[in-house]
Amino acid sequence: MKFPMLRLARSVWSVKPRAAIGLASVLVLLLAWYLATDVAGLIDRHRFPSPSDIWTAAAQILTRGYAGGTLVPQALYSLRLVVLGFLVATATGIPLGILMGLSRRFEAFVNPAFLLVRPIPPLAWIPLAIVWLGLADSAKVLVIWFAAFVPAVINAHAGIRSVDQTLIAAGRVHGASRARIVWDVLIPGAMPMIFTGLRLSLQASWTTLVAAELIGAVLGLGKVLSTAYRDIYPAMIAVGMITIALLGALTTKLLDLVERRVVRWRQY
Amino acid sequence: MLSLAGAAAFFGLWQILAGSGLVSKFVLPSPSDVLVAALTMMVEPFAGDTIQGHVGASLVRWAMGFGLAAGIGVPLGLAMGYWRLLDAMVSPVFEAYRYIAPLAWVPFAALWFGTGIGGPVMVIFTGAFAPCVLNAYRGAHLVERHLIEAARTLGAGGLRVLAEVLLPGALPSVVSGLRVGAGLGWQSLIGAELIVVSSGIGYVLVLGQSNLAPEIVMAAMLAVGVTGLLIDVALRFAEARIRRRWGQTP
Repeated sequence: MKFPMLRLARSVWSVKPRAAIGLASVLVLLLAWYLATDVAGLIDRHRFPSPSDIWTAAAQILTRGYAGGTLVPQALYSLRLVVLGFLVATATGIPLGILMGLSRRFEAFVNPAFLLVRPIPPLAWIPLAIVWLGLADSAKVLVIWFAAFVPAVINAHAGIRSVDQTLIAAGRVHGASRARIVWDVLIPGAMPMIFTGLRLSLQASWTTLVAAELIGAVLGLGKVLSTAYRDIYPAMIAVGMITIALLGALTTKLLDLVERRVVRWRQY
Repeated sequence: MLSLAGAAAFFGLWQILAGSGLVSKFVLPSPSDVLVAALTMMVEPFAGDTIQGHVGASLVRWAMGFGLAAGIGVPLGLAMGYWRLLDAMVSPVFEAYRYIAPLAWVPFAALWFGTGIGGPVMVIFTGAFAPCVLNAYRGAHLVERHLIEAARTLGAGGLRVLAEVLLPGALPSVVSGLRVGAGLGWQSLIGAELIVVSSGIGYVLVLGQSNLAPEIVMAAMLAVGVTGLLIDVALRFAEARIRRRWGQTP
């Protein structure tokens, strides 16, 4: 056969018709986009980039760099901040949530402060972080920490509370100490919910980082976006967005892998 | 009792830390400073308007963006739940869109629709859209198949099934999606106002920051938090009512 694409499409169709339709609709969209911009010129390129514009922009940032560096260091810079903020939030949020879940007294004591902080959107912390720490990396890590902290706490707390009471009773009947019940029954039982919280935290981390870098940054993907906006360079905006989406997807997949390792007893 | 003690400890520590002079006023204002700033801004205009005025301006934008997201997202989600072909066609595009942080749309939104009304509305839309679609989609799957089949047998067309069978059946799920979307939309709006827009409550935050007036920043944060909370409470109330009226207990 002369058309390998067609053959591929036919074999995908026979195995997974749903995926084939999805693939076809994406290809049609891409083709329509290409025809409307590069071929027919229906859409103003200064507002909406064409595929070839994006290709040029991607080549430019990969080889010569844009907004202070080439793509890989820029992406790594943003990734490092997200991972740092996310890890700090995880390391503080999960233990706090677990403690709040275990002890009603501790919960009652901490709750007022937590309830006051909770409704404030994480992005609203950015100006305060800038007043405190300027445009340094630490300001961004602080804001990401706030953003990722709340879902981590809430889900760890809810996870501990949602553990089946009969399991706890069964542990107690068999003579397990309180510490062992916490360690062997409550925390593993809360794990699936804790990971749900972590996924939300990760999403919040990326959103917050993008906002913080758009407001002010020396390097990073948000800086690429804001520079491209100022230069009215839509293709570069698109390259920045695609990179952010890919990194977001990549970190989410990594988290899924960790979850599969940690929550091994759960069936998928 | 313990909650009261916790609140007292929190505010006491804050007040002492701020009052002791260990930390500068330009870093951490005391809670009373923040309260005074908030009350002053309610009476005296700051940056052209009182704090209620700024919140109002933000709320109008939010309502437009959220209305658009709900008006497009819910029907789309229901339709995807009903027509498999549409589901297979839209899903990959939708999944790709979900990975883009809403705030990453800010440059395009400003470029396409300006920084007045259109740009912020688009950012709110991108923030609120995904939960609206997802929950309508899930809700549509929860509707019992024979209800749909019964309607079809009695001669209802696709659109009628959507409006009269799927929408009522999916309503509880739809409303919780709307609640999540409302929160995310509000949050995205604050981000947009911080970055490009020069009005609204987010802009007050920026001004407070550039004037090195943390008490104004904190007062504005308080206003943002309270407004978000009120939106959430109102929608929770609506959700509870709708659940009582439409929810089938599974």
